[in-house]
Amino acid sequence: MKHDNIERNLGLMLVLVMIAISIGGLVEIVPLFFIKDTVETVKTADGKDMVRPYSPLEQRGRDIYIREGCYLCHSQMIRPFRDEALRYGHYSLAAESKYDHPFQWGSKRTGPDLARVGGKYSNDWHTQHLNAPRSMVPESVMPNYPWLLKTALDTTDIADRMTALRTAGVPYSKGEAEYQQNVKTFGEDVAKTLRIEDAEANLRAQAASGNYDTVAGDITEMDALVAYLQVLGTMVDFSKFDDDYFVKFR
Amino acid sequence: MATVSVAANEQYNYDIVRKFAIMTLVWGAVGMLVGVYIASELAFPFLNFDIPYITFGRLRPVHTGAVIFGFGGCALFATTYYIVQRTCRARLLSDTLANITFWGWQLIIALAALGDVLGYSQGREYAEMGWPVDLLIAVVWVIYAINFIGTVMKRKEAHIYVANWFFLAFILAVALLHIFNNLAVPYSLTESYSLFSGAQDAMVQWWYGHNAVGFYLTAAFLGMMYYFVPKQAGRPIYSYRLSIVHFWALIFLYMWAGTHHLHWTAIPDWTSTLAATFSIMLLLPSWGGMINGIMTLSGAWDKLRTDPVMRFLIVSLSFYGMSTFEGPMMSLKDVNALSHYTDWTVGHVHSGALGWVAMISFGSLYHMIPKLWNTQMHSNKLINVHFWLATIGILLYITSMWISGIMQGLMWRAFDDFGNLQYSFVESVAAMHPYYVMRALGGLFFLGGMLVMCYNIFKTIQQGNTAPSNAAVAAA
Repeated sequence: MKHDNIERNLGLMLVLVMIAISIGGLVEIVPLFFIKDTVETVKTADGKDMVRPYSPLEQRGRDIYIREGCYLCHSQMIRPFRDEALRYGHYSLAAESKYDHPFQWGSKRTGPDLARVGGKYSNDWHTQHLNAPRSMVPESVMPNYPWLLKTALDTTDIADRMTALRTAGVPYSKGEAEYQQNVKTFGEDVAKTLRIEDAEANLRAQAASGNYDTVAGDITEMDALVAYLQVLGTMVDFSKFDDDYFVKFR
Repeated sequence: MATVSVAANEQYNYDIVRKFAIMTLVWGAVGMLVGVYIASELAFPFLNFDIPYITFGRLRPVHTGAVIFGFGGCALFATTYYIVQRTCRARLLSDTLANITFWGWQLIIALAALGDVLGYSQGREYAEMGWPVDLLIAVVWVIYAINFIGTVMKRKEAHIYVANWFFLAFILAVALLHIFNNLAVPYSLTESYSLFSGAQDAMVQWWYGHNAVGFYLTAAFLGMMYYFVPKQAGRPIYSYRLSIVHFWALIFLYMWAGTHHLHWTAIPDWTSTLAATFSIMLLLPSWGGMINGIMTLSGAWDKLRTDPVMRFLIVSLSFYGMSTFEGPMMSLKDVNALSHYTDWTVGHVHSGALGWVAMISFGSLYHMIPKLWNTQMHSNKLINVHFWLATIGILLYITSMWISGIMQGLMWRAFDDFGNLQYSFVESVAAMHPYYVMRALGGLFFLGGMLVMCYNIFKTIQQGNTAPSNAAVAAA
């Protein structure tokens, strides 16, 4: 075939270009929505999913994490290397971000990886550190976030947010049937936190009992963000699995 | 009114090219200024001043948006509208549609920046704009596509010129990438959640992120190169055959390579291996373009000494060649294990963005602007000053990022004699300080050059005019 023909025929050129640019994505991305092994099966001994959707308070914290652009300096993706295992813990599973809309794996570590930061520091530490990082870590280049403690968390639209996530595929429940399904998948304790009907009440209850910003009373944006940081990487109990269990999914 | 009717009878619509050319300079200066500022924040964190709107996390998307979509986007609109008319010997399909793309695009950049500082982020790199802005982009892009393709359909040349092949691929690919990457479920008038999650979301995002580089920042700027290099050199393109082979290979291979941004992450290994393989292959068409551009100058090498515009164009191709060698190298899994998450990636991006994209745009603008305003450049000397400021700036930037990136990578994986980690994370942060200062300084040089260009072009426009007489006789 002469290239001359393509150069003279705009329609033909557009069609051929479209074909050329479509193949790569079709081969590499589309199958990932259908191949089951893409996301690991991670269940407890009694068959409950270990990885659960975020509670309303944690999800609001995640929204703030995104709003402040934390992902531009912090990754949430531990690679399977010895140094990363020592520094951060077990390498990240795809299952651990399966309810993350959008994913926050990041591409840069100006600061350390946060995929397993949950439980490593106290609520006190996080609050003080977010408020004034250099008061805890003198060499840090992180901005201060003093407004998090001063800003009351907007809790009014939490049901709208969860409804949108439900549309995108996160199993937050509306109605009894979906709730019962969640009881089967996650157990009763978790299923209760996923009910959209109780979203605002659940959010307030978790903030009150967790007291993440270490100041009793008002729920601040600090409460939400610290609640989110404290759950990161804590859902999977790796002691329950053989070392090579996760390898077969790669 | 008289001038309007004269302008409408002009052979080509240069008015739209002038508007976009001016905004290229404006967004370039703004975007680079923000870049220098956020680079300084990393060196001196007090510059965040406890003000939410100017923290690094919120200003970084302002920087990327203003330079990629503002500076790069306006440069592409200006040059594609200029080139398509001249190489097709046809006026734009519609002046009205062209004006809609102009005002629509400016609105998009401004709204995106505003959304970023206010915290309305989608949390996707290079696609932080909220869903209403995404919709606006889609509409403006379709109008642009109609106007561009319509103009090609009106062409008085039987053949479609090679630059336009690249522009067509760029327009189609960007539409495809933008739409699929921004599929989301809105929950308010400004915000939404991504339709995809986790591993699949990561694959879609980096398919977008990588090919935004591949088509927006590479293919389209190659189109620019295919017009302005032969024009400025006064010689035909070195090899017609090479341009065919490297065009099809480039647009086919690029789309496979995005997953190399996700090496060693929780995606299936085969996608990663496939992406690395295609990234290596991508070296060939990339260098095909570089060779075709640089060799166009063969027999006229003396122009490098005498013509500062030519110097911009050829040095941009050299940086293109260098970063398209560096890219495949960094896509090797073993190299990536060291380079990923470090400043090396940032340096690599900037050797492409400053060295290739910005330099080829500068050269093209210096060629085009005197023709748009029927005059000569105000000062060739200042073009030369700009060239050296920019070149020194880039070299400072990428060498400091090479050092800091490789140092970070090595410090993170260093073990002591007992097999423990040798450095805490924050020790690596502290070690970066001198290089962050040096990087900011490099950015300052580059910004300085940009401001010199703005002044030079301002003076040029002042001494020029927009009467259509010369333009009407000019042919492609």
